[in-house]
Order: sequence, then C-alpha cells, then structure tokens
Amino acid sequence: MKRFTAVLATLMTFSQPLQAADHNTSDLVTDFTLDNGLEVVVIEDHRAPVVVHMLWYRAGSADEPVGQSGVAHFLEHLLFKGTETLEPGEFSATVAKNGGTDNAFTSYDYTGYYQRVAADRLELMMKMESDRMVNIRLTEEDIATERDVILEERNQRVENNASALFREQKRAVQYLNHRYGVPIIGWRHEMEELSMEDALSYYGTYYSPNNAILVVAGDVTPDQVEALAQKYYGVIPANPDLPTERLRSQEPPQTAARRMTFVDPRVAQPYVSRSYLAPERNSGDQAEAAALRMLSEVLGGGQTAVMAEKLQFETQQAVYSGAFYGGTSLDRTTFDLVVVPTPGVSLEEAEAAMDQVLVEFLEEGVDEAHLERIKTQIRASEIYARDDVEGLANRYGRSLTQGLTVQDVQDWPNVLQAVTAEDIMAAARKVLNPKTSVTGYLMAEEG
Amino acid sequence: MLRYCLIALTLIVTTPARAAVDIQPVTSPGGFEAWLVEEHSIPFVALELRFKGGAALDLPGKKGATNLMVGLLEEGTGDLDARGFAREVEGLAASFEYDVYDDAVTVSARFLTENQDEALALLRGSLVAPRFDEDAVERVRGQVLSAIRSDLKSPRDIASQAMSELLYGDHPYALPLMGTLDSVEALSRDDLVTAHQNSLTRDRVYVSAVGDITADELSALLDSLLADLPEATVPLPGPASLNLPGGTEVVEFETPQSVALFAQGGIEREDPDFFPAFILDLIIGGGSFESRLMEEVREKRGLTYGVYSFLADKDQAKLWMGSVASANDRVAQAVSVIRDEWAKAAEDGVTAEELQDAKTYLTGAYPLRFDSNASIANIMVAMQMDNMPIDYIATRNDRVNAVTLEDINRVAKRLLDPEALTFVVVGQPVGLE
Repeated sequence: MKRFTAVLATLMTFSQPLQAADHNTSDLVTDFTLDNGLEVVVIEDHRAPVVVHMLWYRAGSADEPVGQSGVAHFLEHLLFKGTETLEPGEFSATVAKNGGTDNAFTSYDYTGYYQRVAADRLELMMKMESDRMVNIRLTEEDIATERDVILEERNQRVENNASALFREQKRAVQYLNHRYGVPIIGWRHEMEELSMEDALSYYGTYYSPNNAILVVAGDVTPDQVEALAQKYYGVIPANPDLPTERLRSQEPPQTAARRMTFVDPRVAQPYVSRSYLAPERNSGDQAEAAALRMLSEVLGGGQTAVMAEKLQFETQQAVYSGAFYGGTSLDRTTFDLVVVPTPGVSLEEAEAAMDQVLVEFLEEGVDEAHLERIKTQIRASEIYARDDVEGLANRYGRSLTQGLTVQDVQDWPNVLQAVTAEDIMAAARKVLNPKTSVTGYLMAEEG
Repeated sequence: MLRYCLIALTLIVTTPARAAVDIQPVTSPGGFEAWLVEEHSIPFVALELRFKGGAALDLPGKKGATNLMVGLLEEGTGDLDARGFAREVEGLAASFEYDVYDDAVTVSARFLTENQDEALALLRGSLVAPRFDEDAVERVRGQVLSAIRSDLKSPRDIASQAMSELLYGDHPYALPLMGTLDSVEALSRDDLVTAHQNSLTRDRVYVSAVGDITADELSALLDSLLADLPEATVPLPGPASLNLPGGTEVVEFETPQSVALFAQGGIEREDPDFFPAFILDLIIGGGSFESRLMEEVREKRGLTYGVYSFLADKDQAKLWMGSVASANDRVAQAVSVIRDEWAKAAEDGVTAEELQDAKTYLTGAYPLRFDSNASIANIMVAMQMDNMPIDYIATRNDRVNAVTLEDINRVAKRLLDPEALTFVVVGQPVGLE
C-alpha cells in the first residue's frame, strides 16, 4: 500500500509547481559582524563531524597596482610560507597532521583560503589563519623559489594550452580599460619581476579584518563560531588605511565591434567565441542579471536550448554550442557564446549560423515550457545544494566579496523565479548588440 | 509550508555527529544486491551504479564502441528521442550522468523524492532500451571524434597514451578508451547494440543509494531498474603483462612545458602489504603538499607547480605511477630529483616521524569523506567493486594504525624498483634522451 500512496502523492504534485518551491537554504545560515569589521557567515550542517573554514579577502587581481600583474596570486602562494610563529610549510603540515586538507584560490575580485577538517579542530584553524592575516615573514629565497613555481603554474595552465592562450588574448581585447583584461595569474614578463616588496605592499594594503569575510560551514553552531572568531580574529585591529572604495578604471562605452584570431598549431578543434559586455548583479538590484542568467539558459544551457536545437540538431553545423553568463562580479561582466563547428563547416559559417540563431530568437522569443523547466531545475538546485555545504560556503564567499550581501544571496533564487519571458527578451535586445561584441576565432593555421 | 517545518525540526533533533556510517545491505526479490544509507533530512536520493567491464570489453577492432554506446544512453528511449528525453529529465529536475572507464561503466543518478517514480522510469529506459537512432549516433560520433582530435594535441593526453602503449603491449588497455579516429569512424549501429549487450549486464552490476529512500523502496527499484538487462557473455580480459623497461622515452611535441609520467609495478589490494604500500606512497608523493616529492621538486627547487604519485589499481594491472610538468629546460632536473628520491626511499625507507604524520593524516581525514549523500554513495559502490566487507569503514583506521615502521621499510625494499621506474616525457625536453 505504501507504494500506492507514494504514486498518488506524486500525481498530485505533478499538476502543481514542484514542492521544491518551499525550499531554500537560508534557514541554515547565520551572519554577524565583529567590531573590527570582519563579517562572519555560519552555515550549519550536522550530518557529519566536518567543518570547512574559509577566509575570503575583498582583494583580487583586479585590485593590483599597474605593472604588478599576478601579485595577488603570488601573495596567496606566499601565505603558505612562515609567520612569526610558524615555520615555512608548517601551516599545511599542521592541517595534514590533523587529518585536514587546505588550499587557496585567487580571482579577479577575491582571494580565499580554506581548510576542511574535523569539527573539533576549528579553533586551531582560526588560530593559524588569523595569524597569517597579519604576521607573515618572508625570505628572499622564498620569493625566488615560489616565483619559479607560479611561472610553472602559468606554463601548466596557460602556455601549454592553446585554448587558454586564446581566452587570455580575447579577454584583453574585451576589456580596454578595466583590469579584468589582465590575467589573474599575471603576464609572464611582469610575474618574472615580482618582488618581496610588491607582495608585502599588497598584503599591507588589503589583508585586514575589515576587508575579510569568514565563512564557516558544517557541524558547528553560530555561538561556537562567534566565540572563536572573537578570540582569534576579533583581537586584530581594523586597518584604518584600507581604501574606502575599490576604485578601478571602468570600461568606456563600446562603439565598435572587435575581432581577433588566434592561431596555434596545437589547436585540434577550432571554434568561434563571442562576448558582450553585460551588467552584473548589484546589491538590491539583481533583476536584470537574473534575466541574463535565464537568457544564458534559454539560449545555450544544454541539449534543449535554442542554440543546441538549431545548430546541433537541425542544421548540424555544430559539435557543441553554449551560452554563459557570470553574473557574480564586482564590475561589468560578459555574456558569452561559443560554437564548435562540425568538420567541413568554417568558422565564418559557424559565426554566421550563430548570428542567424540570435536574429531568429529575437523574433521568435522564449518558449514558455522551456522557461518553466529551467525554473523547476533552479528550484530543485536549492534542495541539492543542501547536500553540499562547501558549495554554499563558496556561494556566500564569492557574493560577499563581489559587492553583494547575505540578503542578496538569499533573494537570488526568488529573483530568478520572478523572471518573465518579456524580461529575458528585453535583456537580450539590450546586451546582444553586434556593436558591443568581441568575436574570436581559435584555429590551427591561418584560414 | 509543512515540508519546510519538518526540515527545521530534523536539524534540531539530529545527533551532533555521525561517527560511523550505518550501511544496510539490501537484496531485492530478483536477487540484486545494494548498499543503502537512509538519510531522510533532504528530499532526494543519490544512486550509483557500476557495471564491471567497461572499455576493456571492446571487441577486437571495435575500440571505442563502449564509449560511443555510453554517450548514446541519454539520446533517446521508447517514445522519446534525444531532445524528448532531455526535456523529460529537465522537467523532473533529475540528473543522470553516464561515464566509461577502462574497467567499468558508471551511472550517477540523483532525483527528488517527490517524482522518484517518473525519474526512475526514465533512467530505466535509458539503460535497458536505448534507441541508438541513426541521427543521434552520427551526432555523438562527431563529438567523440572531436574529443579524440583534441587529445592528439594535448601534451598530457599524448603522454598518457604513449605510456599505455609502452606498458600494455597487446592488452586492451593499450588503446585509448575513446578509440582511434579510424576505429570510431568504422563503428556501426550493430556494434553499439553489441557493446550495450556486452557491458550493461545484470550479473556485473554494483549499486549503492543514499538519501530519502527506504530499504523496501530501494529493493523494488532494483528489480524494476535492472531485471531486464542481459547476463554477461563476454569474459573480462585477463591480466596485462607489464612492460617496464626503465629509462626515459621522449615524445617530441612543440610546447613550452614538458609533461612527464612515470611508472613501475604496483600492488594488489588483497596483498597483506597493501596498507604499508599505500602509506609509503602517501609519504613519497601521494599527499597534497606534504610529500617528499612536493618538498624536493617544488618547495626547495621551484621546478614545478605539482608533482604526484599514486597507486594505480586497474582490474588487470597494478601500477605505481606519478606525474610532473616542468619547463623544457628544467624537466631533466625534475626527473633526476624524482629518480633520486625513488632510490633513496627504496634504500633508506621512511622515518618514524613520517609514518606517524601519515597515520594521523589518514585516520583523521577518513571520517571527513562521509559528509554528503553523493560522496557516501560513491564510496559505497567503490567498496563493493573492490570486494570489501560491509564493516570495512569501521575497521579501516585500525588497519592504518597497525602498520609499523618495520613493515613499511620492508615493503619499500620489496616494491620500490628504481631500475624499472620508466618515464615518458612529452615536449621538447633539454638534456633527456
């Protein structure tokens, strides 16, 4: 009988919106701010005795001084060297001895450090992470060796990969005036010149409690976290000289379409890629970004999206196609399209086919059934997100370092649900403007 | 709103920590076995299926058939063509991922409790009755050919393929699991039907589930999902005889950073020396930042961004492998440092402190793996494929702690073989032949 009632229940929910509508993840989250300005977000998940401890700084590669590209990422590496009380390498060694893992990451707008450990080791992590917020000690040997390491990292991620080199060049073409056009890892000739003084200057400017966000997720309570955060981070004074605004030179209006071609014999699969400057999510004002996010899903979010439908199924001119929008960004972001042509289809033909899809889409509009499926998936993703609190921790860290608030993060699923087909078309008409586009070809030899 | 309140309540009454995972063995009326962990606090299920065999079951001359077949499982079943199937899956907010390895076809599914029956009906159709429509075959074949062409120009994939050819001779492992441009071009629809019959078989399947589902529900699910699959008729390949000549093979490729892979013989999981070998590997190069290789090659000399070793546990080949990448003019030094470390560990073993640090890392890290439905399901299905007992999780840390310095240094002498350590280097390395 039990199965029968289960089936009945399913039939009932079928005619209604998915139950997932009742779920969001905000019930797991508590946030507060210490007197010295450190913001704290706690995400509770008591299923396993594990905790993820993350410290995010509102400082990334786009905050670097001119001529020192890569210094944010270089400093991130150097934070694993010594402090006044820790030997070089002792930080990670201590985490490992406690059964934990640790790492760090740098992006345009943020730098983050994290450890994943047993919940009862949280205090030790806070002790060490708060220590290296202000107490690092570097030697010239650390600088020389670690600079070689980041150059090899650049070799591995970029120089050895034609597609990565292409994306780097294309981004430089997209951003005329904003630091988003400079690679996070840095230009090689500037990385080679990075000095201890450069690293320490960036450290002194940006690493302080009033420029950081602590995110703790897992088997902890907000009270525990608050007491420990107060003890270790709360005693570090705010930096009174922290720049009050993250001033970056902004992009001028784009008035001419730009094109570039990157040729490398290591290219096996040529493709065409297009980007448009686009507005990002802003605090209290996320509707347009939500429409762009939905546009990316409708146009190029998978097998049933408009681009796949027309280019992969109908005309079979593409092996793969997709649309992407990274809305979480401090400054202007991009809306991206990519088409990978089938053999025998040139990049010019692929581009023409892509443009034809856009023209038709602007005439035909959004398929309501498709939009409803996308909204269903977004609702369900909030259920699946409860199984991955580290993912939730990243969501808060990324958002809070990129100009958003806890409230914005929690509003976002509802803002997405509220997007209408008309909103999507309005966003498409505004952003998909040929004059404000950058088109890149990646190919093995001159066509 | 009711569901929301239930969730909040669950969070309050949940015990503070789950020290061990409570695995229930489930046997269906049809005879299928599965391991289950019930976790009703989130209304979804993570389901993992593994079919032993994988790309190694490709028939002679048909390399890539299993891979192409697996790529077509989500391209239509019953009344649904590829797009129809995708629309149905999206509408249920379920996710089905199908993948292929040398020794297994893997299926990872997650679906919401509220539409579980519809989701499973779709999954069943994709496994039992894929359509292999002509247009879908050509479309997916085009995607596979594109991926093969990309691998032929990627230093890491070139190195991996060169190493496989060197190691495995005429064993099926020697060929890339996606096949070659020629073999994939030549595959027919019949080849795909055969690959489907040969590899998705009811007597070689392993199952785990974690989430909002009971043992009774899982039992019924197993029969409806799997009962219509065929029995296996193609034998698994025999053990590979490994060719490890030592020395360094260079594959010229124009790129600024050389990619090196290295290999020597490994160890069976059933071998009583497996745990000492596992800990030894961690100390040499298996950890993240704490290994000897990371210390010597990266931290002291800045020769690479990453250097790793690992025990490669294929069903028909046991290897000890590793990798490093360094600029063309520095890779010779990186290779030399790795060879020195290998010889040093074989000769002198490890220290008591290194062993103790490795133990505290391994025993402390182990419980942290069981932190989500998805990861527990993955671990449980892997345990079954490795023939581990259902109580293994509770005993594993004891096995780690039982390893003595004597054990590990005896095993270092027994297993580490600097003469056989064979490198493949792809790039334009200076000073290597």
